[in-house]
Amino acid sequence: MIRIAKYVLYDIVRNRFILLYTLLLLTVTLSMYSLDSDPGKSTLSLLNIILLVVPLVSIIFTTIHFFNSYEFIELLLSQPVNRKTIFFAEFLSIAFALSCAFLIGVALPMVILNFNSSTPYLIMAGLLLTFVFVALAFGASVSTRDKAKGIGVALLFWFYFTLIYDGFVLYVIYSFSDYPLEKVTLLLVSLNPIDLARIIILLKLDLSALMGYTGAFYKHFFGSSMGIAYSFSFLILWTLVPLMLAMRRFVHKDI
Amino acid sequence: MRSSMITISDLSKRFGRLEVLKSIQLDFSAGKSYAMIGPNGSGKTTLIKCILGMVMADKGEITVDGKSIANDWTYRNRIGYMPQIGRYPDQMKIGQIFDMIRDLRQDQAQIDEDLIKEFKLDRMKDKRMRTLSGGTRQKVSASLAFLFDPPILILDEPTAGLDPIAVEALKEKILSEKSKDKTFLITSHIMSDLDELSSQLVYLEEGKMLFNDTIDSLKEETGESKLGRAVATIMKRNLKEMEA
Repeated sequence: MIRIAKYVLYDIVRNRFILLYTLLLLTVTLSMYSLDSDPGKSTLSLLNIILLVVPLVSIIFTTIHFFNSYEFIELLLSQPVNRKTIFFAEFLSIAFALSCAFLIGVALPMVILNFNSSTPYLIMAGLLLTFVFVALAFGASVSTRDKAKGIGVALLFWFYFTLIYDGFVLYVIYSFSDYPLEKVTLLLVSLNPIDLARIIILLKLDLSALMGYTGAFYKHFFGSSMGIAYSFSFLILWTLVPLMLAMRRFVHKDI
Repeated sequence: MRSSMITISDLSKRFGRLEVLKSIQLDFSAGKSYAMIGPNGSGKTTLIKCILGMVMADKGEITVDGKSIANDWTYRNRIGYMPQIGRYPDQMKIGQIFDMIRDLRQDQAQIDEDLIKEFKLDRMKDKRMRTLSGGTRQKVSASLAFLFDPPILILDEPTAGLDPIAVEALKEKILSEKSKDKTFLITSHIMSDLDELSSQLVYLEEGKMLFNDTIDSLKEETGESKLGRAVATIMKRNLKEMEA
């Protein structure tokens, strides 16, 4: 597996997109910290960009990369190599490359410029979001042979989790506002990895007061070590479940 | 009686509504050379891809060396495959492709670089796959198929797109490997090539196997001395039977 991952990584580094992505993240992070004198506010603005950009780049880059390595996969499949090995090598190398970009572009300047108790959570959330969206991209890629369709499905995932899902949650909360909804919203939040990451970080930034009673409830829940464990394990599930489904599909796919 | 190398029993495959293979029953004996022919779209490449595990059959079983290939991949150690259209990562160089495959199969000591030298691929190691002509790609595919000295060789239209010198070199290689008791499965539309290279004939049409016997007996049956004419006679006969 490592041997195959080596070649996939070599291919990723060669096409320079990852380098550009790293530079983009680095520029955004540095400019956010230099624009505002209050590092807390900068972190908050940065958070919003991360929650949009990291999932988008992860899912699109992975989908395009997967379709571009079709020839590579085809070549390997005529050799004595296990399909699962190819699949995990692809996943690990892409996830590794994107994580490195995030670590260098966001985590490193953050640790240097403004390290506080919330920083590790922000970094963890960013990395897990990368994994989640790489896994979702694999799901989109193996579901079709058509590159345009694959990218379309990937974009749809992103739109769904950043825009459509939130609209749906708002609608539910508004329609049933007469009922106690804390536990329901907690469940609804768990079904969207981006919301999950956002809430972990907002609570750690101590901005829960902005969220009223629900915020207090969340604070009570997520503030505890149980809550943290819960949210991180949900993010891990959000990686593993799509990944396993995609792998099962890939193993039985006609190439 | 020689043992069978690859057995295919009751193999069926559909692509959507299209039935590509209809319960194929076949047996490839060790040490023999099989020519597989049939019109375009008769299922030859799909059958080959099923044997390689690249296409998953809907029904039926394939065994290589007595072991089922379902959920196995190690059997591909024993198969050299030359695809009809070799598709390679664009930005890799010829040398890198060979190095990578050898790196992935380090455990195999037996290396056969005859074709690489014959085709002079070692002199253009630094050419990227993207820049190669169709014929040069075919040369890379052929060299890769023979590289690990496998006992089974599956060649999907090996001579298509090659220049006459390369065709002769490849044929010579096939004949010399054939004499080492290797099993060959060759598809082609060039009957004279198959006449030289194989002793057995498998005829597919619309996913069904219509003929499986030695080439000599086919010639005898039809009273023709050339494979091309003999096959044409058989095809016409089938057509009449279908109409009747």
